[in-house]
Amino acid sequence: MNKYIYYPGCSMEGSARAYAESLSQVAKILDMELATVRDWNCCGATEYLSINLIPAYSLIARNLAIAAGQVNGTNELMAPCSACYLNLEKADYYMAERPALGEKVNEALAAGGLHYKPGSLQIRHLVDVLVNDIGLDVIKSKVVRPLTGLRIAPYLGCMVPRPDYQHRWSDHEYPLELDDLMHVLGAEVIDFPLKTDCCGGHMSQIAPETAYELIRRLVSEADEYQADLMVTVCPMCQMNLDAYQGEANRFFGTKYQMPIVFFTQLMALAFGIDAKSAGFGLELVSAKKALARIGVEAPAPEPASPRRKPDGLPMPPHRRKKYASGREASDEKIAVAE
Amino acid sequence: MTDTFEPVIVGFTCNWCSYRAADAAGTARVKYAPNVRLIRLMCSGRLDPAFVLKALAGGADGVLISGCHPGDCHYIEQNYKALRRFLLLRRTLKGFGVEPERVKLVWASAAEGVRLAHEINAFVEEIRKLGPLNWPKWDNQSGRDLPADIEPQPIEEVPA
Amino acid sequence: MIENHKPKIGVYVCHCGSNIAGTVNVDDVRKWAQEKLGPEGVVIARDYKFMCSSLGQELIEKDIKELGLERVVVAACSPHLHEKTFRTAAEKAGLNPYLTELVSIREQVSWVHTDKAIATEKAKSLVSGTVQRIAYNTPLEKQKVPINANTLVVGGGIAGIQAALEIANAGFHVYLVEREPSIGGHMAQFDKTFPTLDCSACILTPRMVEAGTHPNITLMTWSEVTNVSGFVGNFDVRILKKARYVNEDVCTGCGICTEKCPKKVIDTHYEAGLGYRKVVYTPFAQAVPRFPVIDRPNCTFFQKGTCKACEKFCPTNAIDFKQEDEFINITVGNIILATGYDLFDAGRVTNYGYGRLPNVFSSIEFERLSNSAGPTGGEITLRDGKTKPETVGIIHCVGSRDKNFNNYCSSICCMQSLKFAHIVRERTGADVYEFYIDMRTPMKAYDEFYQRVLDEGTLFVRGKVAEVTNAARYPHEKGKLIIHVEDTLVGKQRRIPVDMVILSNGMEPRHDAKQTGQTFGISCSSDGWYIERHPKLDPVSTMTEGIYIAGCATGPKDIPASVAQGAAAAARVLDKILQKEVEMEPIRASVIEENCSGCRICNSMCPFNAIAFIGDLKVSRVNPALCQGCGTCVAACPAGAITGTGFSNEQIFAQIDGLLMTV
Repeated sequence: MNKYIYYPGCSMEGSARAYAESLSQVAKILDMELATVRDWNCCGATEYLSINLIPAYSLIARNLAIAAGQVNGTNELMAPCSACYLNLEKADYYMAERPALGEKVNEALAAGGLHYKPGSLQIRHLVDVLVNDIGLDVIKSKVVRPLTGLRIAPYLGCMVPRPDYQHRWSDHEYPLELDDLMHVLGAEVIDFPLKTDCCGGHMSQIAPETAYELIRRLVSEADEYQADLMVTVCPMCQMNLDAYQGEANRFFGTKYQMPIVFFTQLMALAFGIDAKSAGFGLELVSAKKALARIGVEAPAPEPASPRRKPDGLPMPPHRRKKYASGREASDEKIAVAE
Repeated sequence: MTDTFEPVIVGFTCNWCSYRAADAAGTARVKYAPNVRLIRLMCSGRLDPAFVLKALAGGADGVLISGCHPGDCHYIEQNYKALRRFLLLRRTLKGFGVEPERVKLVWASAAEGVRLAHEINAFVEEIRKLGPLNWPKWDNQSGRDLPADIEPQPIEEVPA
Repeated sequence: MIENHKPKIGVYVCHCGSNIAGTVNVDDVRKWAQEKLGPEGVVIARDYKFMCSSLGQELIEKDIKELGLERVVVAACSPHLHEKTFRTAAEKAGLNPYLTELVSIREQVSWVHTDKAIATEKAKSLVSGTVQRIAYNTPLEKQKVPINANTLVVGGGIAGIQAALEIANAGFHVYLVEREPSIGGHMAQFDKTFPTLDCSACILTPRMVEAGTHPNITLMTWSEVTNVSGFVGNFDVRILKKARYVNEDVCTGCGICTEKCPKKVIDTHYEAGLGYRKVVYTPFAQAVPRFPVIDRPNCTFFQKGTCKACEKFCPTNAIDFKQEDEFINITVGNIILATGYDLFDAGRVTNYGYGRLPNVFSSIEFERLSNSAGPTGGEITLRDGKTKPETVGIIHCVGSRDKNFNNYCSSICCMQSLKFAHIVRERTGADVYEFYIDMRTPMKAYDEFYQRVLDEGTLFVRGKVAEVTNAARYPHEKGKLIIHVEDTLVGKQRRIPVDMVILSNGMEPRHDAKQTGQTFGISCSSDGWYIERHPKLDPVSTMTEGIYIAGCATGPKDIPASVAQGAAAAARVLDKILQKEVEMEPIRASVIEENCSGCRICNSMCPFNAIAFIGDLKVSRVNPALCQGCGTCVAACPAGAITGTGFSNEQIFAQIDGLLMTV
C-alpha cells in the first residue's frame, strides 16, 4: 500500500468535486492510503504570495507543520491541485533556501505551537505520484474498460512542471507524463502542443478579455486536433476552460463545445467505475457526447439552480459607504425601491 | 579590525588542481577571507597527517586540505589515499578532544577558483563559530603534568 | 647542518606595478623581512617594481655573486608563472635552481583581498613560511630521459590530420588513431565552408588521401586507445582495433560488397539520420581508408546465420566473418589529442520541437540536406522530401549561451547560420529569417560575409526564440510552424509563420571526454572541455607533459582555428623530438634503507609501480625513472624511512612554523 498525507485544498470541496470523487475511487482501486491533513487551511492560492510574503508563507507553512506532525510511515505530502502543490512546494523550498524567511515563518507558527523544519516533507503532485510511484504498469493492469477511440487533449497547465524545484518532471516545457498516463488507459492521445500554456488563471476575474483569448487558444487548438475532450490536472484550469468557455464563445462568436474533465475521471472510467461515480455530469460543457463514443452513458450536467432572488431582509447601510462604488450605490437604490 | 575572532587556517593544496584553483581565483580577482595561508604539495597524497597535527599544535585553528576531484588526480588515484587519511585523521582528532570539523577536505579542479574561494569563506565561518582551538600547552622542557582533571589511564596490553 | 650554519637568504619583494603594491605595503614587507627574519638567515631584503624584468633578475644575480647568497626567496606571483624565470636567473649566477622559491603574494594575496593591513600581514606570514622552508631546500639535479620519436595522434578530424601531416612531413613517425571507419571527422559531412563557400569535400579530401598514403603515418581507423601509461618521452599505449570483418590486406575497396548487401539501415552517424546506408559500408565515397566495415549488430549473417552475400560476391575474398577485436601495443614519446566535439542534441530544447515537429531540422541535418552527395542530392526540401520551403527560420544559439544547457558561446553558429541563409536563398529563393541574440562575426572576412547575406535580403530578428509551435492562433498561421520571439529591437513579441526551421545547435564536449581525459591523465573544465596549460600562452599543451590538445577538444572552434591548433601542437611535439631528451623535474622519493623495516606498505601505495621490494635485503627501493614525485609513499611510511626531494617533512614542518609565526 502506498501511503500519502493528503492536502485536498478548497476546490476539491467545491468547484472540483468531480476531481475529489473520482480521486477517491481511483485511490481505492490503486490501493493508496490518503490521510488528510488535519484542520488544513487555505494554501494562499495565487494572489497572497504577491502581496505579503511572510503571512502568505506562514499560512502555507501551517499546513506543512501539521502534516509533518502527523507523519505515519510516510513523509510524502500529496496535493491534487496544481496551485496548492506549487504553493506547498514553494514554501518548503524557500524556507530552506532563505533561512531568515524560515525563521520568521516559524516565529509566526510558534504562536500556534507549531514548527516546520524545511525539507522534512516530500511535496508531490498527484500526477507525479501516480506515474512515478504507482507506476504505469500497475495502472495499466487495472484497466478493464480501455478508452479506445476517445481522442484526448492532455493539458497540464503551467504550475505543475514549473519551476519544478525538486526535478521530478521529465521536462519543463513539454512533459509527457500525462500523455503516457492517458495512453495507458487506451485513449487516443493527441500531441497537444499547448500542454503547458496558460489557462488564464485569475485573469478571468480581473481582465476577462485576456482570459477569453487564452481559453480560446487552448480550446480551438484541441478542436483543431478533433479532440473529444480535454483532460486537466488542475481545478483552476478546469474551472476556467469549462465555466468560461461559453463566455469566450460569445466574445469571439465561436461555437466550441469542448468538454473539460479531470484525468482521474477518465482513470475511474477505465477502471470500470460508472460515469456518475466518476464525477461526470458536474461539468458545464457536457461530456455526454464524448463518452457516448466509447459507449458510456454519462449523466447530463445538473441544471443550474435558479438565481437567488432578493427575497430576504434588506441589508443595513454599508459601513464604507463614503467609498461606495457605483454598483453598491445602485444596490441601495433597489433596496429603497422595495 | 573588529573584535570578532579571526581564525588562523593553514591550507594544503596539490600542485596540479587546487593550487591552480587558487591561482584561478586570483586571476579572476575573486575576493575571499584572508585567514587561510596555503602550502603547496605535489599531491594531496603527500599530506602526512603529522602536518595537520603540527599546524593545529602550532597555533592554527583549522586546516583545509584540497586536492583534485576523485578520478582527476594527476597521479591517477593518490587523492583517494588523501581521503582515507583524512577520514581516519578526523577520528583521531576526536580522540584528542579536537573538533573533527576543524579539518576539512575540499576537492577543487584547476578551473574551480570561484568554488575554492567559496569553500574557503564557508570554512572560515565554520571555524569562527567553533572558536579558537585550545590545544593543551605542553611544555617539553619542564615535562609539565597533565591537567589535574585527566586521570592517567592504566595502559592496557594489546596482543599483537 | 642547519643548526650550525644558517644559509644566507635573500628576500625580493615585487611590486608588480600596482598589482601587488596596490594592496600590499611592499616596503613594510621588505623592512619586516630584513629585521624580523634576520635570525632566520635573511641577509638582504629588497623590493623592486618588476622583479621579473631583466633589471630585477640582474639584481638577484648580483646579490648572489656579491653577497654569496645561498637561498633566494622571491615574493611575487604564482610559481606556475615565474618560478622558472627566477630559478634560471639564479642558476646563471651559479646557484642551484632548486634553492630559489617563489611566494605567491599576487594570486593569493593582493588580487583576492582588499584590506591593505590584513593583506600585508598575510604577505609577511607567507614570506616567513617560505624563508623557514628554504633553509631545508637541497640542491637537486634534473634528470634527463631520452624521447621516443614516434607520436600518437588521437582523432582523425581536420585538426588531427593536420597535426599528423606536419609531424610526418618533418620525417617522424605518427600513429593516427580514429574510432570511426574513416578519417575526415565532422568536416567530411559539410557541404560548404564559410566564409569562402568552398566545397568542404574538395579541400578536405586531398588532405585525407595524403594522410592515408603517407609513408610516415600508420593509419588506424575503427580503433580506440584503451590504456596509456608511462610519461613524456615514453608512453606505452594500448589500442583496441575493432574487428572490421574485412581483411585489409586483400580488400581493394571496390565497393561490390556494399552494392550487393541486401540490407539498408538508417545512417544516424554520417547522414545524421536523414539517409540510409548498407550494413557493410564505407561512411562516404571519399572515405580513407577505402576498406568497408560490417555493422555487426545489424548484419543478417551475425543475427540469423545466413546471407553472406558480401562474401559471395567479393572478388578478392576479403570478407572475414571470423575476424576478432585485437589489441595493439605501441610506444610513443608524445601524444596529441584531437578528439573533437559532439553536436548538441537539439531535442533537449523541447520548446523548439525538434523530433516532434517534422520540419524542424538540426544544423547537421541541414548540412546533409544541402550536400550534393546527401540524401536529396542537395535539394532543400521539407521532411516529405519533395516540397520546397517558401519561408525558412534559422534559430541561433540552440543549447549555447543558455544557462539551462551550456553557458558558453559555440562560436561557429553565427557564421554557420549565415551560410545556411545564403544557401537557402541561392537554391530556393525562400524568404529567410535569422533569429539571433548577438551577431558574432569576428574573424577574417567573416563580417563581410554577414554584410553580403544582409544584402541578399535575409531578414534578421534580434531576440531569443521562445517557442516553435504548430499551434496556430490566427488563420494565416494554419499549417505553418510559428516562431514566437521577442523582437528586442522593436520591443514587441512577434509570431512569424515559416515552412521550415533550422536550429543552429552548438557544440558540446564529447560525451566520453571525461573518461578519455582520465585515460590520458588530463582534466576537463567545468564545461567539459580539456584544460590548456595556459589559456592564452600555452593553448595546445596540458598540465601533463607530453600530452597536447588541438581542435575542438579544447572548446568550440571553426576550421581555420582547428587547423592552426593541429599545426601548433605538431610544432610543440617536433620541438620535443628534436631535443632528443627531456628534462624531468627532480622531485622524487627515495628510501633510506637503514630505516626501512620492509613492511611493504609503500609498495601498494604507488600507482606507477615505482617501488619494488628487494627480497635479499628485505627493504623497499624506489625506481627513480618511474617515480613521479607525488609523495604519497613518503606520507605513508610508518617508519619515516622515505624522503621526498623538494617536499621533505623538514621543509613542510618549517613552512608551517613560518606561516604561524606572529608577524
